[in-house]
Amino acid sequence: MSRDVIEVEALTKRYGETQALAGVDFSVPAGKLLGLLGPNGAGKTTAVRVLTTLALPDSGRAAVAGIDVVRHPAQVRRRIGMAAQDATLDRLLTGRQNLVLVGELSGMGRRLARARARELLGQFELTGAADRVVNGYSGGMRRRLDVAASLMARPPVLFLDEPTTGLDPASRQRVWEAVRRLLAEGVTVLLTTQYLEEADALADRIVVIDRGRVVADDTPQGLKEASRDARLEVTLTAPSPDAVATVARLASGAVEVSDGGRRLGAGVDPVPGLATSIVRALDRAGVVVDNVEVRQPSLDDVFFALTGGHLGDGTPDEPGSGHRAGQAPEGVRA
Amino acid sequence: MTAATSAAPAGAAPSREPGTGIARPIRDVWAMTRRNLVHISREPTQLSDVTVQPVLFTALFVYIFGGGIPIPHGAYKDFVLAGMLSLNLVTSTMGTGVGLSSDLHEGIINRFRALPMWRASVLVGRSLADLATFFLCALIVGLTGLVVGWRPDAGLGSIVGGFALVLFFAYSLTWIAMCVGLNSKSPESAASVGFIVVFPLAIVSNAMIPTQHMPGWLRVVADWNPVSAVTAGARQLWGNPNPSAAISAWPMQHPVLAGAAWSAFILAVAAPFAAWLFRRRTTE
Repeated sequence: MSRDVIEVEALTKRYGETQALAGVDFSVPAGKLLGLLGPNGAGKTTAVRVLTTLALPDSGRAAVAGIDVVRHPAQVRRRIGMAAQDATLDRLLTGRQNLVLVGELSGMGRRLARARARELLGQFELTGAADRVVNGYSGGMRRRLDVAASLMARPPVLFLDEPTTGLDPASRQRVWEAVRRLLAEGVTVLLTTQYLEEADALADRIVVIDRGRVVADDTPQGLKEASRDARLEVTLTAPSPDAVATVARLASGAVEVSDGGRRLGAGVDPVPGLATSIVRALDRAGVVVDNVEVRQPSLDDVFFALTGGHLGDGTPDEPGSGHRAGQAPEGVRA
Repeated sequence: MTAATSAAPAGAAPSREPGTGIARPIRDVWAMTRRNLVHISREPTQLSDVTVQPVLFTALFVYIFGGGIPIPHGAYKDFVLAGMLSLNLVTSTMGTGVGLSSDLHEGIINRFRALPMWRASVLVGRSLADLATFFLCALIVGLTGLVVGWRPDAGLGSIVGGFALVLFFAYSLTWIAMCVGLNSKSPESAASVGFIVVFPLAIVSNAMIPTQHMPGWLRVVADWNPVSAVTAGARQLWGNPNPSAAISAWPMQHPVLAGAAWSAFILAVAAPFAAWLFRRRTTE
């Protein structure tokens, strides 16, 4: 019988007025990576905090390696590694001192801790900066050191809370490579991310949460297939309410309007001759069109569909502008 | 196959057993103490309250007040040195609360909490690292005293005992400081609350001036102030002028015993309270 290494059942947690988790279920089998995906404030970090014994749930059950996190937190701590969103490093210690401290506090002897620190500093390309104080590290170096710290005691279960948020593409690749190496060694990983691309690249399974609830639990491929709808993108020469109405008649859901009314997006049923009928319909309505695009849904589209198009504060790729573009004003929704 | 074995990664996992008995907490405390000592060495300006301040205070008090405050059967410089030791150590203790408060505001506290370590080593390690700086402070006060003409009149064991009495008291105060730090929203508020706790404690005492000339009610407070007890205790152990010996209040008649008892009492109350506050503060 093989039990899941991470088990979460009907987990709830409230912080004051905010229902951070409103009954969340998911599980991760041994040696697999689960991508926990959701906008800011969806409850990803809260779920990780409960599983890493940092927060107590209000109700429900959470277990790591078969051990209940509420009843036996000390035993859970011996089996987990954690890299948190706000890098959990000592800014006044050097990179090496940070790793050795974590090793010693994990119960490793000092010599063993030093050897392991040397190994990890090499793996994460931090050897050159090993004896510099972390305060002077770049954001990418801190994240890499934080992930390295979580691996000091070779934990069989690893929690990575947005390990690549704010990293440049090269640093992100390095973290991804490290995660893949761990998976090859049999480590079980729960990774939270706002990047669909990241979940797609690493996860065996993706759980999408929004406002404290699971809105999807599937493989990356399954998620894409679940959204059969094709994606229609229309770029107008000038904003037009007629165009919105026309697209709404063909769309299977809401029409998202962005770029000052010039860009319309919607899910559509992929029937034969779709593009032709769209262009004709728009032409009949007297709308001048710059561009029409019909494509297969990306994981982004699935995500937007599942989370209702709202995306916390700022999308990862285009902070600021992306927020407004992704969130169609209610008034123009068909 | 059980979950535990299926979860174990390939390759030998280093031993991360909890350790047996008392050995593991001691190792955790030692690791945390070293960590805090590294912090101190990184920001040496923070050490000024145990290095520059003692020299400054001792010299100022001896040269400015020395002429104006008559001490029966002795010189002000011999009287005030125990007071300078108390004053400098007592005012340094609140830094412990400020440091703990900043730890609580850094992500590092989450790392500690998710590690299989003895949690209280966060507190014990900090208090011990700060105790190390108190030793430095005591040394500097003693040397400055010798330069300005302070002379103890007692055996070596007794002199060391005087220093130990005040150091033990300062150590007990670090636990009050940590309670303040654990109750503060920010390191800044820990600093200002700490000042309000410590300043009257240090001033309303016999540290800088004999209590005989204080108004009646203030004098009672001063004579029962633990700072007065340890200061009078140090004077007695150093063989320095100790005008408090003429006061009938019990702590002034038995200053060494009273000072040690005060310190033990503060430690016995503040340490469990700090541990409780820490648990409460880090539970969400």
